[in-house]
Amino acid sequence: MPDTTGYDVAAIREDFPILARQIGDVPLVYLDSANTSQKPAAVIDAIDAHYRAHNANVARAMHTLGGEATAAFEGARAKVAAFIGAAGPEEVVFTKNASEALNLAAYTLGSRLQPGDEIVISVMEHHSNIVPWQLAAERTGAVLRWFDITDDGRLDLAKAEAENLINERTKVVSITAVSNVLGTVNPVADIAAQAHAVGAVMVVDAAQAVPYAGVKVEALGADLVSFTGHKMLGPTGIGVLWGRYDLLADLPPFLGGGEMINVVKLTGSTYATPPHRFEAGTPPIAEAVGLGAAIDYLNEIGIENIALHEERITAYALTRIAAVPGLKLLGPTRPVDRSGAISFTLSTADGEEIHPHDIMQLLDSRGIAVRGGHHCARPLHERLGIVASTRASLYLYTTTAEVDALADGLVYVANFFGGKR
Amino acid sequence: MSVEAMYQEIILDHYKAKHHSGLREPFGAEVTHVNPSCGDEVVMRVALDGDRITDVSYSGVGCSISQASTSVMTDLVIGKTVPEALSLLADFTEMMHSQGRYEPDEERLEDAVAFVGVSQFPARVKCALLGWSAFKDAAAQALAAEGQE
Repeated sequence: MPDTTGYDVAAIREDFPILARQIGDVPLVYLDSANTSQKPAAVIDAIDAHYRAHNANVARAMHTLGGEATAAFEGARAKVAAFIGAAGPEEVVFTKNASEALNLAAYTLGSRLQPGDEIVISVMEHHSNIVPWQLAAERTGAVLRWFDITDDGRLDLAKAEAENLINERTKVVSITAVSNVLGTVNPVADIAAQAHAVGAVMVVDAAQAVPYAGVKVEALGADLVSFTGHKMLGPTGIGVLWGRYDLLADLPPFLGGGEMINVVKLTGSTYATPPHRFEAGTPPIAEAVGLGAAIDYLNEIGIENIALHEERITAYALTRIAAVPGLKLLGPTRPVDRSGAISFTLSTADGEEIHPHDIMQLLDSRGIAVRGGHHCARPLHERLGIVASTRASLYLYTTTAEVDALADGLVYVANFFGGKR
Repeated sequence: MSVEAMYQEIILDHYKAKHHSGLREPFGAEVTHVNPSCGDEVVMRVALDGDRITDVSYSGVGCSISQASTSVMTDLVIGKTVPEALSLLADFTEMMHSQGRYEPDEERLEDAVAFVGVSQFPARVKCALLGWSAFKDAAAQALAAEGQE
């Protein structure tokens, strides 16, 4: 597939040291970016430079290094805010990861819930957008309700409407912008409008959307949005909860400790304003610096160029992989409103389904990294009538040659377990 | 060691034609064990006469390694006493944690020796042990129930 857009995937790959690795005696084919993305040298160097030249604690250290570290940390917050179109840096809360961001949302919104109130999520959610709400429901007596999916892996909006899923009892709606298994891009803005019409708070899990779609929080129509740094070329250990400032200002603290307070007395404490109210203890400082560098890198390539590459490589992969005998795609089969997370099942010529662990293991021996399992979305797999699936996920550095290697590898796997060894 | 070599014929044969599969009566205890990282699951029943294992039956879903290992395990333990079976389990567990550095006693472990290669793939050790740990749990419960009668 010659590239006529000027998008130079070979040059981009040069920026990622790990992509030059060999697995055994074959080159790495990394198709697990929805799990975690690889890191460009710019990110690795930024973290290295921070520790070598600027390391200090933030906010409480008054010396020169403390000032530099604080400026770098708060500078990263401003970069995140600009990247997602937030009204300002004070709307960006740094967390450990997307799971912590969703736990923060569920815990603090849970403080407003009463028995009989309803929380609406979907069957395609990641466990991190299920379990925190189950915990909130258990604590408060609220009821958890679910969007179902259609046969082609999209939210079943008609069924939801027939069931009056979002109604006057609904207090929170929390939906993923992009399914980490099916790749489905959900109509989040429409659902947000429904949520707001009944006075509910709209939470969006954007962990799979921010890395390639250039999410603007305004366009999502959401009140709270969670995502993580490590899936968008940044380091592990840093996530984000964005919130509308007036909502954040109205929410109680989540974790207590240093830097989240205003005044602490033995008789009680008053709390800092957002975002610091939600950032107890020393935050992930070097990780924020790394995330800032990742955003600079994404901006340099251009998020719209990345989205276009993702769309084209996904279209190529859907065609190429679907042609493998015995392979069944999960989720939308056409590259419309669809991300580069491609999950599937694979059977041998005699119709025996091959377990994802076995697929993953044999592909790994050919240098190809994919994920096998339930991808932290067990309810979705149960809904699909399967225990587990195999997922290949593509990103800005994925090439058509890598997709070819996957397709050839899958044919080999099917033959191996089909007895054609 | 290559992955192809890890998938020994013995393992693939047991995977394709599992021994003692299906849930049967009577049984002294039934347990369900899950591998939470992948959702693989085994339901296992153990029947005892005194401390002798008269049947091990199971159903479940899982990869070739977990399914074959469970099949091999039933061949080994049915007919033995619980202490004898637990001693085999200890050997098998040691082998699986050896990272390939283990000389298995084929007289004792029979087909289970084929899994020594799996021990070089740390991510798959849990798969190989799923059925065995379910057996250990079910046998302990069945023994306790036997003692109460």
